[in-house]
Amino acid sequence: MAEYKQPANEQEFKENFKQKKPLMNDTQAHYESSRCLFCYDAPCMNACPADIDIPLFIKQINTGNKEGAAKTIYDSNWMGNACGTICPTGVLCEGACVYNNQDVAPLLIGRLQNYATMSVIESGKQLYSPGEDNGEKVAIIGAGPAGISCACELRTLGYSVDIYEAKSQPSGLTVHGIAPYKISNEEVIAEMNYLQNQLGYNIIYNHTISTKEQLTELESNYSAIFIGVGLGATASLNMTGENLNGVHGAVEFIEELRKNHSDVKIAQKVVVIGGGNTAMDAASGSARLGADEVTLAYRRGKDSMGAYGFEYDLAVSAGVKGLFNASPLEIIGNGSVEGVRFVKTESVNGKLTIIEGSEFTVNCDMVIKATGQAKQGSLLSMIDNLSLDEKTRIIVNADTNQTTNPKYFAGGDAINGGAEVVNGAYDGKLAANGIHQWITQN
Amino acid sequence: MEFTNGSHKTKEMNKKDKIDLSVNFAGIKAPNPFWLASAPPTNSGYQIMKAFDAGWGGAVWKTLGMPTINVSSRYGSTNYRDTRMAGFSNIELISDRPLEDNLREMAEVKRHFPDHAVIASLMVDTRKEWEDIIKQVEDAGADGIELNFGCPHGMCERGMGSAVGQEPEVLKTIVEWVMEAANIPVITKLSPNISHITDPGLAAVQGNTDAISLINTVKSIVGIDLDSYAPYPVVDGKGTNGGYCGPAVKPIALHMLKDLMQHPEIKSTPMSGIGGIETWRDVVEFILLGATSVQVCTAVMHYGFGIVRELEAGLINFMENKGYTTIYDFAGKALPNVTEWKHLNLKSEVKAKINEDKCIGCDLCYIACDDGAHQAIALPTDGGRIPTIIEKNCVGCNLCSLVCPVEDCITMEKFDDGKEHETWHELTESNRIPDTWNDDRAGGKGHYVPEPLEALATKRKDKSGMRN
Repeated sequence: MAEYKQPANEQEFKENFKQKKPLMNDTQAHYESSRCLFCYDAPCMNACPADIDIPLFIKQINTGNKEGAAKTIYDSNWMGNACGTICPTGVLCEGACVYNNQDVAPLLIGRLQNYATMSVIESGKQLYSPGEDNGEKVAIIGAGPAGISCACELRTLGYSVDIYEAKSQPSGLTVHGIAPYKISNEEVIAEMNYLQNQLGYNIIYNHTISTKEQLTELESNYSAIFIGVGLGATASLNMTGENLNGVHGAVEFIEELRKNHSDVKIAQKVVVIGGGNTAMDAASGSARLGADEVTLAYRRGKDSMGAYGFEYDLAVSAGVKGLFNASPLEIIGNGSVEGVRFVKTESVNGKLTIIEGSEFTVNCDMVIKATGQAKQGSLLSMIDNLSLDEKTRIIVNADTNQTTNPKYFAGGDAINGGAEVVNGAYDGKLAANGIHQWITQN
Repeated sequence: MEFTNGSHKTKEMNKKDKIDLSVNFAGIKAPNPFWLASAPPTNSGYQIMKAFDAGWGGAVWKTLGMPTINVSSRYGSTNYRDTRMAGFSNIELISDRPLEDNLREMAEVKRHFPDHAVIASLMVDTRKEWEDIIKQVEDAGADGIELNFGCPHGMCERGMGSAVGQEPEVLKTIVEWVMEAANIPVITKLSPNISHITDPGLAAVQGNTDAISLINTVKSIVGIDLDSYAPYPVVDGKGTNGGYCGPAVKPIALHMLKDLMQHPEIKSTPMSGIGGIETWRDVVEFILLGATSVQVCTAVMHYGFGIVRELEAGLINFMENKGYTTIYDFAGKALPNVTEWKHLNLKSEVKAKINEDKCIGCDLCYIACDDGAHQAIALPTDGGRIPTIIEKNCVGCNLCSLVCPVEDCITMEKFDDGKEHETWHELTESNRIPDTWNDDRAGGKGHYVPEPLEALATKRKDKSGMRN
């Protein structure tokens, strides 16, 4: 029997996908912030990819200066609220909290961060204004965390900013690609609106940049261009049966889940292939949608998974069963998917080896491939002199995020191959300052 | 937890364990030294009966006297982080209930609790009023009288309370009136709002008081409301100074108690200790400085009468561990160790030691020492976080051990051999004190201090490997 029954309506969907990091109330925040030691050269801050002055904002919460706390957060990270909720804090700031060294629970930094940021998002408190118009225009491709952050920072510096976004909503994977129990659509969009209302950048939705002509036009109309295109659709496994009915990409499945909630139809028996963050979200999501059996199949051992431990634990607690050292051979079925044939693997001297004759089949009526996203190689290949590394990641200057084509800057998954929202947010901010430096020096 | 539930049970257990908590305080007998101070918790017979039933040994009735009218609101508090009422302030006056109600209830309490101490706190103006009211509380069965010469708000504007406590001559005169009129023991309660507590203390003794209690509340403003710009508690847009009490004032009370207990003409007078008492440890500390009863108010206003369970259990546990059977066995035992600075041994030397296994790497000790003390703690240069003590710079000030959030992680270790002893007093007597501006004999001479410019060169910021 499954842990969750299929949600019939939005209310039941919300129950099944209850927020893992609910908003703190004033009392919780006061007590929690009271515990902060205000460490010197604080390890939490050093562990934050966005450099947020964490001890300061916690002290500000404790002294009743919520707006000041929010400003401290946004000064370093334009995706402050989203990151408080979806950052893997257990391996970042909270993982670095010195209390861990004494077996005392670390500060709940992510939730304190949300407490501060949500207070200004809800009140609409204006913390920032656009800088004085400097007459320069910058185009941003992609309204994901990197693009939005770059836009915010550029606006404070006085640039006009147009963001070209292929989809109809801002924030990229924050709203499309993360399991709903991590953050709700409303919360993501509220932060996006909060920022846009203050800083006034333009977003042109449903506008894909995909041709050389479009790029040429951007190049002639803008002083600089920021590439924040992220990654593409789920990569192909190049395996028999991939086109059967009932085979889905994990990114597409989660996007569907984020958009259509309880209207998403889930099968009885689901096999999720993969071991990364998205695989966990897809498996967890399937179980919370009421699938009877969800098998998470990963070709290596459990410890080799890219996902965080807490994500796997959450999936298991939702009823997901792990199947490790099982490498998929083909998806079988006749028109519709009927199962996945696997072969057992083992690690021999650190090398993954197939065990001959160990083939077996797991019956299912739905397969979710969470085996990584394809790169945006075709767009990138149209940009002159843009160097990519061997994994199709854009090569940038680490201090300015400028690419090998000086007019182009880049950040986020397009340069790191797929990381956290906070990394994209940091990149966008860094690139904006890189753009400013480049434009003012030319 | 045998000792934690009410006075009857305690009495049985005490007998069994030969611990006797009962006191005879200047002739006022009580089953234990835990008394309620004259304050809101002793406003009615209902409250005092409830307190005695919970285990309190005595109660000083909320001050009876001149008719009053109270304001709304009345209390303010000093909160420290998530700790509420670390300090507490009130602008409430003495009892505003009719005297006859108070006296009737006082008699009723005494009927139910004949062995408990019921003390009437009094505050009136003229000699005639003092004589009248003393007669009335004696008739009601009070075991003693406490003179409220401490209240620093409201009543003092009418020439009573701390207005008396701050004028030793007036205080002495009133004590003399009272002593002539009273047939029951008299406790004079002192105000801390004075330069030398021994001045009113001596006046009370010269007026022949039977005992002294201290401290009353400290004149205070606990805070300003940032919208109305009025002090707390705000009464229709205005405020006034309050009387400050609660845990924050304990150090002031302990010091004043010590001053009285070391004064040759005052020290034989029984002392009832008041000021921030909330735990058994506080009780023991007051007794060690000579108090033989303690009075509690704020802790009860915060937690209710039930906290006496902790006071009693903790006191008994302490006495068992130390082998005492009555509180008189250790009353005043700390007094010989409280001396003047000039008698402290200048040759004694301690230095901090950090236990690496316990250190959690918050580095508060480092920054406290570097910014707030003597630059005697170093951080590793390899990016690690376990600090080390630079022994030659460490003056043994204690600051690092005080800020360290880990129990027993930083300890102060003895460095001298214990053989040398030299005090400022001895140096003065033998004409050896440093007496020029740059005297070689002065303490800081040769002590390591970094060059001023080094302050601008020591920013530690290494963020490596965190970016993907």
